[in-house]
Amino acid sequence: MLRLEKRRQPSRIWAWATPLAAVLATILFGGLLFMALGKDPVVAIRTIFYDPLFGQHAFFYRPQLLVKAAPLILIAIGLSLGFRAGIWNIGAEGQYIVGALAGAGCALAFYPMEAWFIFPLMILSGALGGFLWAMIPALLKVRFGTNEILVSLMLVYVAEQLLASMSLGLLKNPEGFGFPGSRNLQQYESAHNAELIAGTGMHWGVAFAFIMVIFAYVLLNRHILGYHIRLTGEAPRAARFAGVVPARLVIFCLGMGGALAGLAGMFEVAGPAGQVSIDFNVGYGFTAIIVAFLGRLHPVGILLAGLLMALTYIGGEIAQSNLGLPAAAIQVFQGMLLFFLLAVDVFTNYRLRFGRGVAA
Amino acid sequence: MDLSAINPVLLIASLMVAATPILLAGIGELVVERAGVLNLGVEGMMITGAICGFAIAVNTGSPALGFVAAAGGGALLSLLFALLTQYALANQVASGLALTLFGLGLSSLLGQGYVGIKPPPTDRLDIPVLTDLPVVGRILFGHDLMVYFGIALVALVWAFLKYTRAGLILRAVGESHDAAHALGYKVKRIRVMAIMFGGACAGLGGAYISLVRVPQWTEGMTAGAGWIALALVVFASWKPWRVLIGAYLFGGVTVLQLNLQAAGLAIPVEYLSMSPYLITILVLVIMSADKSRAPASLGRIFHASQ
Repeated sequence: MLRLEKRRQPSRIWAWATPLAAVLATILFGGLLFMALGKDPVVAIRTIFYDPLFGQHAFFYRPQLLVKAAPLILIAIGLSLGFRAGIWNIGAEGQYIVGALAGAGCALAFYPMEAWFIFPLMILSGALGGFLWAMIPALLKVRFGTNEILVSLMLVYVAEQLLASMSLGLLKNPEGFGFPGSRNLQQYESAHNAELIAGTGMHWGVAFAFIMVIFAYVLLNRHILGYHIRLTGEAPRAARFAGVVPARLVIFCLGMGGALAGLAGMFEVAGPAGQVSIDFNVGYGFTAIIVAFLGRLHPVGILLAGLLMALTYIGGEIAQSNLGLPAAAIQVFQGMLLFFLLAVDVFTNYRLRFGRGVAA
Repeated sequence: MDLSAINPVLLIASLMVAATPILLAGIGELVVERAGVLNLGVEGMMITGAICGFAIAVNTGSPALGFVAAAGGGALLSLLFALLTQYALANQVASGLALTLFGLGLSSLLGQGYVGIKPPPTDRLDIPVLTDLPVVGRILFGHDLMVYFGIALVALVWAFLKYTRAGLILRAVGESHDAAHALGYKVKRIRVMAIMFGGACAGLGGAYISLVRVPQWTEGMTAGAGWIALALVVFASWKPWRVLIGAYLFGGVTVLQLNLQAAGLAIPVEYLSMSPYLITILVLVIMSADKSRAPASLGRIFHASQ
């Protein structure tokens, strides 16, 4: 008979091995899924994981890797701070949308003026937009004890409606021949989040993502606030005795998550996406949840996980056009990854034993 | 704007229809939470149920078989959650989110060939004389069977939790899993069964959206109904009859805003569409003052050796 025995200390080896094991299991079962869909599993897996990096057209896809990874990493870093403390912000998608709206709104307010300060102002307003949107669940939780999971999620749907209303109304391009969507910020030089180094996909959002990885690492390992976050997650009672104010932590974690998601949205709307449109958001806010867990809520892990997840996005698009693999299959693939991760994670804290143990 | 276009009788009749999906999912989740498990995957189970039910109903021509398949699909998906949280001892919040993300992907994969198809119509109750009664006839006797099934399910769950031995055990497991374990009850087995019941109910709720409420299949069509069902359980303070009241309240808001859209109220459509979500938040704020009603072991991981 199999049973689980709690480890005294979480296993360090398994802490590193779980993401790898989960990725391998996902590739295996993903291959089976692709086979069930009538595709050659080996070709499909190679198309997703190998071709974007080393295939024939890799020069075209490699820059995309950073473009897709940057929002995922930015959002996941913000989320991971909260997740570590047991504060569940799952409305990053909404904060991402509002950040984009705030950033684009700021740029369009100045249009067609050209000035150096417009882009920094957009960054600030993007972060502020996401921050304020996240303050709604944060303040409601602090003041009334409302569940932040449900409130932050409900606000995603509200933000989506707001986005629709903005792209049809206030932010609509007056010279757009009646089509929904704002002016294209790529054609507005002061507001364009252009590539910093041409042909690499490296834009300001990518730079911010890297900076935030370092920031989060320092915060969690070298700062008292980061220590409080970890303490609250691992031993809430001890945290109270250590003088941690839960309310302050809720505000900080949700606010940080919101600001980073808002930044991600702003960089996206000013760069790769170019304009506010009804279907501007593509679910980065939800995929970032997977990224955060796959990276084991560790900044460096999130960096790697973000790149891997970006790879599945790009590879998925290639597989879609070359092999006719449905887009939803990639979504299932990503969902599977989180499942396997959570399943394998048991071995970090528990040891598998055979035979009957003494009665507990 | 022409408010006289809104017929109160039709409004009440259609709010009962609008409330049924979240009523079914909500009562299922209530049982799960009373067993001490927080399953945030309701949205994923609902949408999976929606496509399972739709596909089977289209292929067999029988909505009844569709609903059975939807319950099966939802229960099967919830089994994944049960394995993760009860046997792999994974975090319930994360597992629930995983279930939702996975379910959304799976449903759009399964639903590829079904976009734009009309499902077979679900029969409505039609009792001669009674259904033709003015006002009450349309409200009380003119619905499809699932509307009545939802109400009956609330009554059954209420009676089960309040009057049966099994219901008492389920509540014991939810209040203190250690004590229940010490008394010799199989905590994991009971929780797995509760989770599967919740999954089946969510599946039914989803299928009601795709087969009756809309009725067609589009990706992501549950549009947050699963999350509203979760909020409904909090609103209800974990009491079955209050789920019914809450569901009708939310259903009423949804139908009213749709009617106001149709009547051409001067507020833009997008802002009206926000209202069910905003009202959910408002209700959560009001109800969260009293946390004492929540099952004491809600969301805690059970491991027998501890």
